[in-house]
Amino acid sequence: MAVLLLAEVMNGELGVDATAKAVAAVKPLGDVTVLCAGASARGAAATAATIEGVAKVLVAEDARYGHRLAEPTAALLAQLASNYSHIAAPATTDAKNIMPRVAALLDVMIISEVSAVIDADTFERPVYAGNAIQTVKSADSVKVMTIRSASFDAAGTGAGAPVEDATLADDPGLSSWLNDEVAASDRPELGSAKRIVSGGRAVGSKEQFAMIETLADKLGAAVGASRAAVDSGYAPNDWQVGQTGKVVAPDLYVAVGISGAIQHLAGMKDSKVIVAINKDEEAPIFQVADYGLVGDLFQIVPELTEKL
Amino acid sequence: MKVLVPVKRVIDYNVKARVKADGSGVDLANVKMSMNPFDEIAVEEAIRLKEKGVATEIVAVSIGVKQAQETLRTALAMGADRAILVIAADDVHQDIEPLAVAKILKAVIAEEAPQLVIAGKQAIDNDMNATGQMLAALLGWSQATFASKIEISGETAQVTREIDGGLQTIEVKLPTIVTADLRLNEPRYASLPNIMKAKKKPLDEKTAADYGVDVTPRLTIVKTREPEGRKAGIKVGSVDELVTKLKEAGVV
Ligand SMILES: Cc1cc2nc3c(=O)[nH]c(=O)nc-3n(C[C@H](O)[C@H](O)[C@H](O)COP(=O)(O)OP(=O)(O)OC[C@H]3O[C@@H](n4cnc5c(N)ncnc54)[C@H](O)[C@@H]3O)c2cc1C
Ligand SMILES: Nc1ncnc2c1ncn2[C@@H]1O[C@H](COP(=O)(O)O)[C@@H](O)[C@H]1O
Repeated sequence: MAVLLLAEVMNGELGVDATAKAVAAVKPLGDVTVLCAGASARGAAATAATIEGVAKVLVAEDARYGHRLAEPTAALLAQLASNYSHIAAPATTDAKNIMPRVAALLDVMIISEVSAVIDADTFERPVYAGNAIQTVKSADSVKVMTIRSASFDAAGTGAGAPVEDATLADDPGLSSWLNDEVAASDRPELGSAKRIVSGGRAVGSKEQFAMIETLADKLGAAVGASRAAVDSGYAPNDWQVGQTGKVVAPDLYVAVGISGAIQHLAGMKDSKVIVAINKDEEAPIFQVADYGLVGDLFQIVPELTEKL
Repeated sequence: MKVLVPVKRVIDYNVKARVKADGSGVDLANVKMSMNPFDEIAVEEAIRLKEKGVATEIVAVSIGVKQAQETLRTALAMGADRAILVIAADDVHQDIEPLAVAKILKAVIAEEAPQLVIAGKQAIDNDMNATGQMLAALLGWSQATFASKIEISGETAQVTREIDGGLQTIEVKLPTIVTADLRLNEPRYASLPNIMKAKKKPLDEKTAADYGVDVTPRLTIVKTREPEGRKAGIKVGSVDELVTKLKEAGVV
């Protein structure tokens, strides 16, 4: 059995953490070939080759794979599929865009957000906002799946795998890229951060959200947000943690002025230590928090920032 | 331009799903069901396109048990023009997989010939996030997932997408499949007069067999269990106490 793993490549760089976690997840299924596709992908491929457990790296470097458009990358994966029993990718927004398309091209079901690999055909995945965990057994000839990164520890560094060029697939030419609005940040990424501070609706404004960011910076943490904070424009969309945002499992998660709706809990309840700061002692977030502090965030957050 | 909107009947987002004691699934008997929230956003977007004169007709489609008729009536009350119910199951616990849903939608599209399909990004029950992408693949169409803005001009659509690092805008050729994310719009409530009017709007009933689609699942659900529980910890009385506890836990 052999696995083809689509690596997370952004602007020519490997998303090391997400890719290494996915490698660890699929390693028990067979030899892992990592595919790095992008307008520039050789650098990413060289990095991918150093992940422990990677048997081979394929590079598809061409403008058609730039900007992470779904159609050309799905066509490439479908063309490479016949040599593999499993086709996987870390469940990033890119992979969620591409992998179901690959599955349908191969006439198989997608297995989304795998949180545990039981055997070659059997997997666990959370459903209903994480309120239930399903064990599913696939009857398909090839298994196409995305891996929930937060459920796996990253593979370490290995001896180095050979890198080869992949045969490119025709570009269906259905879509084109216009622009990206991606803010550069020195903070750790949400998906790989050891610590996260998240703010909710109660933070009240974009300006006041700076308070959450200051606390995060003091902790060397990434910044997250509830849907309400994003919808209200206090925080950008890619900070949303939850069922339909990012799923995280840091060592420390600090929820500030977040009520703890099931959709939010779905994205953070596997964190090791959860801290909740909320003025309502009945807020559901306290049911999952290791340490709860009842009070006004506008007093608590500055004090906490100072005392850390 | 005709717009097709697939809408799914799911557990209401306010209800906490309960796993059945025998591990056979989530209990859906006597549970409040609603339109999948992302699909409300999709319907709303189609209506706005019609209000702008871009869309001419909105067809809502639902696949599942006959009770999905209620979901379609909601779409009609919001402003969809017609509805198609495709009965593919008789037990409310049987979920139709995205691949089968996509195959049925493909067959519906062959008859309806829409230029635009707006689906939800994700059904909040099975959390698959797959149907739109699968449908695009089966049709050989372009796709624009996780949309927060849609603009149609001529033969193309410009769609802004919510991605991991922020936002991306792409141009896709029509016909296309768009999937709606949370920030696309805020869906309207159906007014009482519109709910009354919706009762008279056309709702066709079909079966999966009418379209020759086999809905046998490819993924057998072996078992369903509760997630590992997490028990509430302690309340601390002050910031100082919190800092001490966090230091003891070794996380700061
Ligand atoms: C389809 C769908 C998908 C969703 N996906 C997500 C998702 O991915 N992520 C997500 O987060 N949500 C998601 N939601 C939304 C979710 O249901 C909640 O509405 C949302 O999480 C609430 O955000 P909040 O806790 O910031 O706001 P609220 O629920 O309004 O909570 C604010 C909290 O702040 C407290 N507070 C107020 N003032 C203060 C103060 N001065 N000091 C301290 N505490 C204070 C209040 O007691 C309250 O508990 C989704 C909803 C739907 C329908
Ligand atoms: N049974 C169904 N009937 C109608 N639309 C559906 C159905 N299942 C999925 N969809 C559509 O596909 C979207 C994504 O669902 P999923 O891929 O299951 O997460 C939903 O938001 C709906 O727009």
